[in-house]
Amino acid sequence: MCLAIPAEVTKLLPDEMAIVSIDGVRKEISVALIENLAVGDYVIIHVGYALTKIDPEEAMRTLELQRELSAEGQGAAS
Amino acid sequence: MKYADEFRDKEIALGLAKAIRAEADPQKLYRFMEFCGGHTHAISRYGLEDMLPKNVRMIHGPGCPVCVLPAGRIDMAIRLAERPDVILCVYGDLMRVPGSQGASLLKAKARGADIRMVYSTIDAIRIAQDNAGREVVFFAIGFETTTPPTAVMIRLAQKKQLENVTVFCNHVLTPPAMQNILESPDIRNIGRIEIDGFVGPAHVSTIIGTAPYEFFAEEFGKPVVIAGFEPLDMMQAILMLVRQVNEDRHEVENQYSRAVNRDGNLRAKEEVSDIFELRDQFEWRGLGQVPYSGLKLKRAYAIYDAELRCDMHELRVDDNPACECGAILRGVKKPVDCKLFGTVCTPETPMGSCMVSSEGGCAAHWTYGRFRDHQQRRVS
Repeated sequence: MCLAIPAEVTKLLPDEMAIVSIDGVRKEISVALIENLAVGDYVIIHVGYALTKIDPEEAMRTLELQRELSAEGQGAAS
Repeated sequence: MKYADEFRDKEIALGLAKAIRAEADPQKLYRFMEFCGGHTHAISRYGLEDMLPKNVRMIHGPGCPVCVLPAGRIDMAIRLAERPDVILCVYGDLMRVPGSQGASLLKAKARGADIRMVYSTIDAIRIAQDNAGREVVFFAIGFETTTPPTAVMIRLAQKKQLENVTVFCNHVLTPPAMQNILESPDIRNIGRIEIDGFVGPAHVSTIIGTAPYEFFAEEFGKPVVIAGFEPLDMMQAILMLVRQVNEDRHEVENQYSRAVNRDGNLRAKEEVSDIFELRDQFEWRGLGQVPYSGLKLKRAYAIYDAELRCDMHELRVDDNPACECGAILRGVKKPVDCKLFGTVCTPETPMGSCMVSSEGGCAAHWTYGRFRDHQQRRVS
């Protein structure tokens, strides 16, 4: 039910629909819940709907933070 | 960046595990409940519990929509689907959920009921357009994540002037259930478990934002960390919870900032508030009647409400008395504490709802966790 996946928007269609690609697998989904969507955006898809856009800068920041925390852990006495 | 593999790096996960181990006070017990079935699945799938120190325990919560749907609602849907004029559209993972006396939608379909698995509510609209002479009912279940798609479906039905489509609404809300776990009086007979913090749902929070958890964290003095579904997200969230406990804080923190903000998805929230209103109470499997935890269609949309349009009557069914789903959903018992687990109850023949969905605590443990039981038996 809840195992939604990130996917790239490859084409916007009429009637609030779009084509997305997940590792090359194409799927037609509804984008009725998203505003200002552009080709190239990544969205989280669940039951055939885009729920939200993924913010690339925030994603980078989270990855960097995870690397930092991990490095601190590796440096800690275990 | 594809926003998946990058968050599954083993070396970084090991480092995060070491950080948790270094910061968790060996004199303290840390009991964190992951509310959401997606997190339960991720914890089991990636073996995260094996990476945590013994005193940091994950308790699997009731956040699996299939698991908390009471058997009576399944019976109601089966009864509806057996009517020759009805086509029942359902999400696939509902098909095998047990109703009363071993009934399921799958068996009803085998007996000839017109039940169709749909991927999306858009499919249900198309089926209604293609079957003008039949009554198309969408079996709507799920938390805040699946409610907006149901709202969009009703808006589309209105726009396309479809008169043969209705919704059997079973949508439920996350915050009341979290509250119920901590304070409900009717759970005393099952017992209660102490919880030191919550991993907040990922995709529910993309819709509702982080704000609804603020009251909860304040009122109950429990830390909440909203986390993504990837293993590194989970490990980072657990580290953030350990830090909050150590520093005696109870705040709402957002680990999943790439997809969640404070206010959530305003458009989705508007769609939902236009069409739905709160029920006074709704039954959850394992939690009983939870006040203001379910949604129904507003009176203005009564023509799309299957319960009214199809004259459906409420059915109440007691769960199999040997099934421990209720206690497992609330984290009081573990799957292996249930005598049905792994004998008569497996993912192929589920007796209780926790075994039906891959997000259920029992199914996750059956698929990914049983080797641990053998190890523990060998040790003890």
